Amino acid sequence: MIGAVVAFARTLRFAGLDVTTDRIQSMVVALDHLGVTGTDQVYWAGRLTLCAGPDDIRRYDQAFAAYFLGDRPAVSPVPATVTVVGLAGWPVRDDNPSDDAVHPGVALNASDREVLRHRDVARLTQAERDEVRRLLALLEPVGPLRRSRRFAPARRGPIDAQRTVRQLLRGGGEPARLHRHAHRRRPRRLVLLLDVSGSMAAYADALLRFAHVAVRRRSGTEVFTIGTRLTRVTRELRRRDADLALQAVAKAVPDWSGGTRLGELLRAFLDRWGQRGTARGAVVVFASDGWERGDPQVLAEQMARLRRLAHRVVWVNPHRGKAGFAPLTAGMAAALPHVDEFVSGHSLAAYEELAAVLSGRGRQDHHGGRGRV
Amino acid sequence: MQTMAERVRNVDSPAGLAERLDATGYLADTGLATAVFLALRMDRPLFLEGEAGVGKTSLAHALASLLDVPLIRLQCYEGIDASQALYDWDFPRQLLHLRAAEASGRYDAERLEAELYDRRFLIARPLLRAIEIGHAVLLVDEVDRADDEFEAFLLEVLSEFTISVPELGTIRADTPPVVVVTSNRTREVHDALKRRCIYHWLDHPAYEREVAIIRRRLPEATERLAAGIAEAVHRLRGQDLIKPPGVAESLDWARALLELGAHEFDPELAAASLGAVLKYQEDAQRVRSVILP
Repeated sequence: MIGAVVAFARTLRFAGLDVTTDRIQSMVVALDHLGVTGTDQVYWAGRLTLCAGPDDIRRYDQAFAAYFLGDRPAVSPVPATVTVVGLAGWPVRDDNPSDDAVHPGVALNASDREVLRHRDVARLTQAERDEVRRLLALLEPVGPLRRSRRFAPARRGPIDAQRTVRQLLRGGGEPARLHRHAHRRRPRRLVLLLDVSGSMAAYADALLRFAHVAVRRRSGTEVFTIGTRLTRVTRELRRRDADLALQAVAKAVPDWSGGTRLGELLRAFLDRWGQRGTARGAVVVFASDGWERGDPQVLAEQMARLRRLAHRVVWVNPHRGKAGFAPLTAGMAAALPHVDEFVSGHSLAAYEELAAVLSGRGRQDHHGGRGRV
Repeated sequence: MQTMAERVRNVDSPAGLAERLDATGYLADTGLATAVFLALRMDRPLFLEGEAGVGKTSLAHALASLLDVPLIRLQCYEGIDASQALYDWDFPRQLLHLRAAEASGRYDAERLEAELYDRRFLIARPLLRAIEIGHAVLLVDEVDRADDEFEAFLLEVLSEFTISVPELGTIRADTPPVVVVTSNRTREVHDALKRRCIYHWLDHPAYEREVAIIRRRLPEATERLAAGIAEAVHRLRGQDLIKPPGVAESLDWARALLELGAHEFDPELAAASLGAVLKYQEDAQRVRSVILP
């Protein structure tokens, strides 16, 4: 039986689950308690011990069907660390292009067909390395702050009764000096949403380098790419080495240089992560040129929702810095009323400006008080 | 008198457990019953994740009444720390004791200190209480709201079931309590904690089960009312709302309709009491314009 479990675990690993030895042991123990009398027991013994989230469960179900029930299609390798939110209206990821025809009810215009492609990343040039280094120095590790619920000793503030009395007891009941404490201040989370669609192809690399800097510099930063899919790339970007991090991202993002559905993907982000906590009170940076294939009205609604959740919304548009720019794309026009800061992102100088905005210098104050566009 | 351990041993299969949970008024499906069964048998905490209102907290209540032990609840929030979760010294009483000793002219410093850090001046917070009692269900509610520091601390307590109080010594659980950890998934809980647990993702119940749950919890609701509510709530869940209603909301809605004197699902009364199910103005607006004509 153990042999079968280990072999199944290998299938699961291939499907992208993080199956460790202690988890396999747990499954064996669980099977022992349940008694192997049918597939049901095996299914639950595995699901309850090997999975750690709804994304895991989806992959587990697929792998289970393929391994024990002999269902096709076999599992496709999914990068373990990435969550791809499939959208209604888009065919499920599928490596067999002729299959497109068998998705009735999915209306696809030729131009709207989802193109899934990974991309090759060249190693960073010396100039790019220097740029990363410069950005690292520029982006301060602490940006806008929020008040934490935790207390820390402080010079002024309410009296810390516990510490005061503890000291007092230590001194045999002699009144000692009053200790005070105040709420700690914690940096706000930084969330980057990066458009990796075709129209942004020229800027995507620089944006990802910036994201890498941000993830390294600010703990708790979250990065997502947006195209025809929403992909969380935070874990990939945590690697210290910029080359390795960007290669990992390139491997993880399936929808490089495809179309864009900003509104729907923003909704997917808010439903799955933002509303639950990731965007709450955070500084959210949306980097896109605003080319929207979907309905701009959806984008406007979702931007309004994002604005209500986030502390600040910063929009980075690489075209903004160019002469004669006007926010004419439908998406941009829809989003702009819900943006706190509108900055350009076409050059290193522009990134310096962005870094300054995110460090809370110059154009904004630290608490509340939103600056207008 | 049966002990908790004996009662746990008496549960022989997930199906048997589901039956017993049923008797306490909680309807569990195969997956959940298997999860609880394994958690009890393998002495592991049960980690329940799912949308708000799918019955995570009420499972802990049902489990406590099934095992006939008290439920000890630790509600997590940002900034919770050891003095709120574990123990705290009762400083005012310690001071009083000190003053009383002084007033009676007794001043043996060493003895006095030993007296001051006595168990009776220790306030047991939920974790310490659960460890001291042992025969209990410990519910660590909404662990995703606490911060990472607390999570690491919790992991330590849950893996050892011992607490060391520097002034007093180590307190160990004779029988470790049954632990249920819940999360609404407002952030990813660290893998190390989940690995120690039996993990179960609770989904919204299927239609028939939901009807059964409403009827079980609210016996005065008619079959037609329960069926109507379950159907409407199912439709609402498919509507891409900001906060899809959970079972807790369907029960609230059923209660509201009962209060309004409904015997079956009446669209007008339902629209009037929509506030029991939908908690966002955008959702209510959307539903009023799309679903209800």
